[in-house]
Amino acid sequence: MELFKHTAHALHDMLQSKQISAVELTNAVFARTDAVEPKLRSYITETREQALAQAAAVDNKIARGEQIAPLAGIPGALKDNICTKGVKTTCASRILANFVPPYDATVVDKLAAQDAVLVGKTNCDEFAMGGSTENSGFFITRNPWDTDRVPGGSSGGSAAAVTAGQAIWALGSDTGGSIRQPAAYCGNVGLKPTYGRVSRYGLVAYASSLDQIGPFAKDVTDCALVLNAIAGHDAKDSTSINAAAPDYTKALVQDVKGLKIGLPKEYFAAGIQPEVAAAIQKAVDQLVAMGAEVREVSLPHTEYALPAYYLIAPAEASSNLARYDGVGFGHRASGSDIIDMYKKSRSEGFGPEVKRRVMLGTYALSSGYYDAYYLKALQVRTLVKQDFDKAFAEVDVLIAPTAPTTAFKIGELSDPLAMYLQDICTIPVNLAGLPGISIPCGFAQGLPVGMQIIGKPLAEATIIQAAYAFEQANDYHTRFAPLGEG
Amino acid sequence: MKINRQDVETVALLSRLEMTPEELEAYAVQLNAILEYADILNKLDTKGVEPTAHVLPLKNVMRPDEVKPSLPRELALANAPEAEDGYFKVPKIMEG
Repeated sequence: MELFKHTAHALHDMLQSKQISAVELTNAVFARTDAVEPKLRSYITETREQALAQAAAVDNKIARGEQIAPLAGIPGALKDNICTKGVKTTCASRILANFVPPYDATVVDKLAAQDAVLVGKTNCDEFAMGGSTENSGFFITRNPWDTDRVPGGSSGGSAAAVTAGQAIWALGSDTGGSIRQPAAYCGNVGLKPTYGRVSRYGLVAYASSLDQIGPFAKDVTDCALVLNAIAGHDAKDSTSINAAAPDYTKALVQDVKGLKIGLPKEYFAAGIQPEVAAAIQKAVDQLVAMGAEVREVSLPHTEYALPAYYLIAPAEASSNLARYDGVGFGHRASGSDIIDMYKKSRSEGFGPEVKRRVMLGTYALSSGYYDAYYLKALQVRTLVKQDFDKAFAEVDVLIAPTAPTTAFKIGELSDPLAMYLQDICTIPVNLAGLPGISIPCGFAQGLPVGMQIIGKPLAEATIIQAAYAFEQANDYHTRFAPLGEG
Repeated sequence: MKINRQDVETVALLSRLEMTPEELEAYAVQLNAILEYADILNKLDTKGVEPTAHVLPLKNVMRPDEVKPSLPRELALANAPEAEDGYFKVPKIMEG
């Protein structure tokens, strides 16, 4: 089997036992990228030289007989909204096309401490706003299972890269589903941690009260390893949770006996593709056969979560994106005076979806509309969160589809509102700040279906254990996308 | 109509965005559709419900007031579209 097809944990053993070298592995991933990148376009920037230097350093450690960290020498990719010192970080926006951060995000520091090899920065929807990666300011990324389809978004490049073997693991960011939904569409594992579990320092802000960085991986074990590497308190992020992160690999236990699963009935309502609902139901039946208990629960404010999100997130975005003014960094256009310079710089630099959300947010926060829209949405957010609190008084985890359908065709959802509806199963989780994981649970017409397991705050271990038990009883995670056949 | 072309023009100015007449038309239609959809929130009685701006019960996270190294000036200015004598340079903001 080609090296790029292996998981990080298998490759770790091969590295430590000197069956392969980190440089060899990194070159194998580059060769894979050379082969598939023209079709997929997962990367905005590749960092091959730097990656080979990192790999060589790991090989030296191994040669000296040192024990290496789990991700040491394993090639991974970062969504291009995560700051990397000295390496361009564009957020897939023309306004940041030449931006080179003067510092590393905390997650990048943590990965460096593990000697992980970083091979590149992946494409995404501009400033993480979108669900298909079609909103990138540069180019679209394609789904390895069907190149006529989207990889999902906004972290579509990270999802496609992991599925296609252009990286063994990757990081994305999830504000309303931007890790879980592309993981579902590309058939890999994606986890959004509890809000505050992973530092946001160096993650370019979209909607600060919702954004969270998390892993993409080929299986649940790798997902736990990447989460181990990045989780924990960070003094540089005042919203980071001040509690030690556990060792998530301890949750890799194939046991769901007595696990109480709730099925939120609102997530199986009209609009869900029948094959998706059927795949989830089949997976739940399997977990029940393995000893879990299941009951239907209700999250009655689900239908209000989406409109609340599309006021709150744009409101925060309109404020966060005010910094792109052509002064300190980013694109500057010439103007007749400073206001004209601001307007021209921003209009040339931002794409249509970013402009739409900035205007929507500005409107929702503007005098006369603040109470009717923004404050109302924040109150609804409280109700959405209370729904989860009530459900979690009865059950340990909630299981639902990750997305209402499998990956859609490029250009299929041209209406913004239709695109927003794709986030219906993921957005409430961000509003409540909960952890959620998406794992492959079947196929519909050859396209992967993602199952979402939602946990209580800081219960990443519980959802990882449930996901691991299901994964190990099936072989969905071992299947390769058509592009993955080599 | 929740938002008309005139409103979009105002919001565009507040957002520091320049719009062609065609863009103003298109955004008026799209923002209207989104705001009309958001109207379903009004079906909910939220009287007395506390707003949630943030899910974590964090307040006033403090650190000791110690001097620490800051970003060197040349790095802070490295991405500036225009800089001069160690400062960011912008178009004239005052007459005279």
